[in-house]
Amino acid sequence: MEHASVPAPDELVRRHFSPAASLIAVLHAIQDEAGFVPPEVVAPLARAFNLSRAEVHGVITYYHHFRTHPPAPVTIALCRAEACRSMGTEALAQHIEARTGCRFDAAHGDGNGTAHDAQVELESVYCLGQCALSPSMTINGTLHVKVTPIKFDARIDQAHADAARISNTKESA
Amino acid sequence: MTTRVFVPRDSSALALGADAIADAIVQEAARRGIALDLVRNGSRGLLWLEPLVEVDTPQGRVGYGNVEASDVASLFDAGFPTGGVHARSVGLVEEIPYLKRQQRLTFARLGITDPLSIDDYLAHGGLEGLKAALGMSAEAACATVLDSGLRGRGGAAFPAGIKWRTVREAQAAQKYIVCNADEGDSGTFSDRLAMEGDPFCLIEGMIIAGVATGATRGYLYVRSEYPHSIAALEAAIGKARAAGWLGERVLGTEHAFELEVAKGAGSYVCGEETALLESLEGKRGIVRAKPPVPALEGLFGQPTVVNNVITLATVPIIFARGAAFYRDFGMGRSYGTLPFQLAGNIKRGGLVELAFGVTLRELVETFGGGTASGRPVRAVQVGGPLGTYLPESQWDIPLDYEAYAAVGAVVGHGGLVVHDDTSNLAELAQYAMHFCAVESCGKCTPCRIGSTRGVEVIARIRNGDTSQKQVQLLRDLCDTMVSGSLCAMGGMTPYPVLSALDHFPEDFGLRPVQPKAAAA
Repeated sequence: MEHASVPAPDELVRRHFSPAASLIAVLHAIQDEAGFVPPEVVAPLARAFNLSRAEVHGVITYYHHFRTHPPAPVTIALCRAEACRSMGTEALAQHIEARTGCRFDAAHGDGNGTAHDAQVELESVYCLGQCALSPSMTINGTLHVKVTPIKFDARIDQAHADAARISNTKESA
Repeated sequence: MTTRVFVPRDSSALALGADAIADAIVQEAARRGIALDLVRNGSRGLLWLEPLVEVDTPQGRVGYGNVEASDVASLFDAGFPTGGVHARSVGLVEEIPYLKRQQRLTFARLGITDPLSIDDYLAHGGLEGLKAALGMSAEAACATVLDSGLRGRGGAAFPAGIKWRTVREAQAAQKYIVCNADEGDSGTFSDRLAMEGDPFCLIEGMIIAGVATGATRGYLYVRSEYPHSIAALEAAIGKARAAGWLGERVLGTEHAFELEVAKGAGSYVCGEETALLESLEGKRGIVRAKPPVPALEGLFGQPTVVNNVITLATVPIIFARGAAFYRDFGMGRSYGTLPFQLAGNIKRGGLVELAFGVTLRELVETFGGGTASGRPVRAVQVGGPLGTYLPESQWDIPLDYEAYAAVGAVVGHGGLVVHDDTSNLAELAQYAMHFCAVESCGKCTPCRIGSTRGVEVIARIRNGDTSQKQVQLLRDLCDTMVSGSLCAMGGMTPYPVLSALDHFPEDFGLRPVQPKAAAA
């Protein structure tokens, strides 16, 4: 399905493994290329690093940044930490859930990297370093600050339009 | 001479459309036949004014605050290339009281220079510290840091000179300098401003640390949430290497130093130094038991200096101006300056670097201008998510490590998060426990289990079970976490919880009287 465009696990590991690099650096490189860390890379990574599969799996699941399933076309990371809370990020979170019909952190806990077909994915993050300009969030990696519900609605419409354009370009290519 | 116009490249300014403004200025200048030299500077740290566009005039740099791309044509109509007056004018930037009243030492160049221009860096005092350090013995260099009184700015406030001396005296084939740039505390952004706004200064500080301790490799561990910082550092390291600052012969001397960026992966506890070292080694970021301290057995078991960004970025000015110069700032045993960060519900949020001893009231009211919402300030959390909530009765205590410790509070990394009178401190206390549960590394039981139990107990109290039994249970739990956790994650999560309970009991549905003080 979504995995179709992702290079084979062995190929990903071959391309990004180097004896001098740490496992985390290699995982970053794999996720940067594939958009996520396919669970199938665990075995070849374990062989390459001479680690157990449990150790590799442990590292992947320990860190919030690594995802084991492909990201939705629009991925939103909203800061839920104190500075943003003082400026209404919780009310904004409710607005975002109502607007998108998705739940925050719903993708967490499915564990096995199951693909999902939602158009939007909502993640909680704890601090983007923009605490003087709260609330802050990223939409597909692009930072937005002083976000209000109105500003969010404009940005999400734009993000959907951008995602649709990228998807069309891919299909016609 | 061509007029120089400054549009920040800092991520705060970018998030507010700085790139579009820069493009519009270039196009509008071309359309009008005006020759401009566009500089992408760092942020001045006056974040409430971002995007802050500046123009060089004979009188100094004139600023225009909160500029939008749609303002650009009218800015030209108002003659902004010569400092013309416009609705967005903020006058001479250096004369803005918020900036003028600061004591910028660590951040002396912030916003003034192009962060990625070596020429700019050298023209503003860059490398003077490293050159001074290269003329000293390693012993004298460590003594300089010790004499300056510089303490770790990440929060623990351990004397940097002692750490350096321990690493210098350790015998090992390979020693390391690790910069802790895992700035995960909400309400803090000074590390980010340093990395994005003056990355060469941090690099210079790390090279000095290498020279002083005999370490030849350095790592900058930067959180993955800071992609702009990572990009700025990688670009700056490339330029520093090309200029001969890094490599086998630092500035042509016999000292070798190599430096690279390692990207974190979204784990708050990796800001704890031993968890950070585990993560740098490619493992799960699990806290190590101390001793041994990292200065003796750190990265890959070798002697390692682990210092925060601000600590290392302060080192160059100490060497350039001398230990005594730096030591003359501050009060008590808190020497020098701290870049305070005004955050949350505040009218004028940004970076305020001042000597220790300033009060919270002055920072929040005089600099910050009160809340952004215009409502009364109710509580200020100082020192990040593990810091206490301070009620108004404590706003006149001087910000000094010892004075804060005396009331059970922490200065930490200097972050201030302001909350107005609509805030619910019980909800924030529950959130503190929730955050600990999300981010606990899981190694020690008080933190791993205690945080989840803490969420539950606070929820029960908030849901109406305000019996003494529940409150005592929460206090006992906090006591166990403070005394029994391996690191500050579990050991300090009770600080915000207990301060909320002690000073704002009415938010928990308890009688609004001062309950018996908790063991702090």
